[in-house]
Amino acid sequence: MIEVSNLTKSFRVSTREAGFKNAVRALIKRKYEYIQALSGISFRIADGEMVGYIGPNGAGKSTTIKIMCGILTPDSGECEICGRIPWKERTRHVRDIGVVFGQRSQLWWDVPVIDSFELLRDIYKVEHSAYRKTLDELTQLLNLNRLLKTPTRNLSLGQRMRCEIAASLIHSPKVLFLDEPTIGLDAVSKIAVREFIKERNRNSGTTVILTTHDMQDIEALTERILLIGRGRILLDGNMRELKQRFSRHKKIAVAYAGSLSSDMLSNCDGITVREEKMGRALIVLDSNLLTVSEVIEMLSKTVDIKDISVEGVTAEEMVVELYKAYRI
Amino acid sequence: MKLYGKFFLINLQSQMQYKVSFFLTIAGQFLASISTFLSLLFIFSRFPEIKGFTLNQVLLCFAVVQMAFSFAECFARGFDRFPSMISNGEFDRVMVRPRSAIFQIMAYKMEFARLGRFFQSLCMLIYAMIACGVFWSLSKLAVLFLMIICGSIIITGLFLVYAGLTFFTVEGLEFMNILTDGGREFGRYPFSVYGKEVLKFLTYVVPLALYQYYPLMYLLGKSDKILYGFLPPIGTLFILPCFAFWRFGLHRYKSTGS
Amino acid sequence: MKVYLSVFKIRFSAVIQYRAAALAGIATQFAWGFLEIFAFRTIYSGNESGFPMPFSQLSSYIWLQQAFLALFMTWFYDRDILDAISSGNISYELSRPLDLYGRWFFQTAANRVARALLRCAPILVVAFFLPGPFRLSLPENGVQALGFLVSLALGLGVVVAFGMLIYTLTFYTLSSTGLWAVFAMLADFMSGSVIPLPFFPSGIRKIAELLPFASMQNLPLRIYVGNIAGSDMLIGLVLQCFWLLSLVIFGRLIMRRALTKVTVHGG
Repeated sequence: MIEVSNLTKSFRVSTREAGFKNAVRALIKRKYEYIQALSGISFRIADGEMVGYIGPNGAGKSTTIKIMCGILTPDSGECEICGRIPWKERTRHVRDIGVVFGQRSQLWWDVPVIDSFELLRDIYKVEHSAYRKTLDELTQLLNLNRLLKTPTRNLSLGQRMRCEIAASLIHSPKVLFLDEPTIGLDAVSKIAVREFIKERNRNSGTTVILTTHDMQDIEALTERILLIGRGRILLDGNMRELKQRFSRHKKIAVAYAGSLSSDMLSNCDGITVREEKMGRALIVLDSNLLTVSEVIEMLSKTVDIKDISVEGVTAEEMVVELYKAYRI
Repeated sequence: MKLYGKFFLINLQSQMQYKVSFFLTIAGQFLASISTFLSLLFIFSRFPEIKGFTLNQVLLCFAVVQMAFSFAECFARGFDRFPSMISNGEFDRVMVRPRSAIFQIMAYKMEFARLGRFFQSLCMLIYAMIACGVFWSLSKLAVLFLMIICGSIIITGLFLVYAGLTFFTVEGLEFMNILTDGGREFGRYPFSVYGKEVLKFLTYVVPLALYQYYPLMYLLGKSDKILYGFLPPIGTLFILPCFAFWRFGLHRYKSTGS
Repeated sequence: MKVYLSVFKIRFSAVIQYRAAALAGIATQFAWGFLEIFAFRTIYSGNESGFPMPFSQLSSYIWLQQAFLALFMTWFYDRDILDAISSGNISYELSRPLDLYGRWFFQTAANRVARALLRCAPILVVAFFLPGPFRLSLPENGVQALGFLVSLALGLGVVVAFGMLIYTLTFYTLSSTGLWAVFAMLADFMSGSVIPLPFFPSGIRKIAELLPFASMQNLPLRIYVGNIAGSDMLIGLVLQCFWLLSLVIFGRLIMRRALTKVTVHGG
């Protein structure tokens, strides 16, 4: 159980202006600015939930994660994870959590992966039998068999990420923080990583908090998203509901024979024709005003439809819409 | 302790991956203080003694300082790299592990190439021990041993302060060099050579003289105060305020995350 | 020339951003200078005879050394240049329409001058007002002052040209920073930074004074304090020019060879 209420945090940064003269001036007097990174964040995450934590760069994502990991102390507010306050009982708290920073490695660069794992086992004081069991499980699920004896520096990015995730789970944490776990990975590795996370969440009941810019990750993994912007939680909602809310607009791509009277379509409320040439058209409709079948009916009256596809908004577009709606 | 051993092995294993570089660096480290050594030879070729110390006595002093430093640098090397650990986020990784941060920093990076300096100081120490004309009774050997071990603990304290300062600024650290690198370079002479004020500073503020000057006076028979032989362990108390300072810095880091 | 001026401006702005670093550096150099002087005071007090230079000259020497440390320290290298070499970004550098040797030479020099400018003034001023024998005194006459300035510039050139050789060495041995440091340190010693050259035993001193290292800090500082004057000064300056030219020519030559190697082997 994770409970966060009214977290605030501000940082002081020195500002520098460009130019030679300003550089000299800054030598004498330096200006500082306060940046409010978090201004009252509250949410609650139940055990075994999988949550996507999204927001643009600089919105306060990593500050929140750092507080939840016990690295930072907030200015005010409360946070309790598995009954502990992270920054007050750091060493006890971090036994319960696993962290994957997608851009940094926690494995020793020059030694075989298995050696890093064994060191982690000792750092976390994991029982040998429990370690064996976890390792077997992870090896099988992540397909690490051939990788364990290889030094980290010889692994591809995708292989390394699989090992990184395994490394974060050696002590069987209750909560797993994933920061951009699929960044830079190829399609196959991405899917493998996602599958594994899903599996882990389902079977071991690990709570997963995922921060990412890759909306496909979010779409594939999480039911619930938390949207943060300008230091506040702007939205805490179910992925499906959100999609419905933002899927007013549907795209219809149609290939046809005959001539499409675009005037007729454009005059109709709720329809816009985005593209139209050489027997292909892309039509966007507002589902509050028209249904898809009405549009198809209209189309089939004027032209001979050869192929047609209907798409809702993608998660990516939805996020752009969200950012626009909240002006962040 | 067992975990430290594990870290030790994994460090050794990684550094052995680059054998040529490793041995070249050891060789480099072996020669590292050659210029200080030469300067001593040159100065003493002109003057037979300085403030009553002969060349061989000064070499004994220099060897003890070098050796204490080489131990401290080898095992507490992580503190030296601490500024980059903070800036590249490695320290955040340390913070999400259930072990004390100091332990992890010390264990994370040991630099065995520093042993080059150790071997060099060992050669010098053995030569100086034979040549300086001290009769090495058991108690004097014990004092010598204490000087080296306690010396490296005191120096580790300085490294701790250095790392602690990193929490406040990454720019102003150069000043610490006067105590760390300076403590090594100027440690070639018994600290009394630099005058009363400097000696007082190094006795009461930063107690480098407690492992160097005073016990040396006892070893060389220039003073018969047995107390001087016990000063090195007393000097190690210096690590307590250093530790407190580190804790203070860490606390601040947690609240600013700078 | 305009290109070089703007390179210098950029370097200078970059260096002076680190205000705390400069303050810390000045304080460190002060402490360092005092300790050196204190040690020599003790050495001098115990032995009245046999000094190669008077104590007051030595004090001036040490303060100048601290004030212009950034110009002459041989172990100082430009991180950007080393990274460019070891990461293989060098091919990118080669695609620019600038002579690489000239650019790096000037970049390193600008870096040193910027640091020295920022740090020398406070040290010089304070050292000038110190009591009695510890103080930095003015040069005895105009000729010495002029000789010092000329020699200072030439000395900087020699240090930078020597540094260029070390950069080029990095092309061949990417990782042996240990040996590399020993090189720089021996050069430092032979240039009189640990103890001034007059303190060397006379045989070694005669050889050392002919080496390029003596053209680094040794010559300008000793001209300033009046330890070298008259025809010795002129000979010194000619020798300095000779070493500067030789090092630059040699440096260009081996850099060209190293670059050919890079292009042939594809980095």
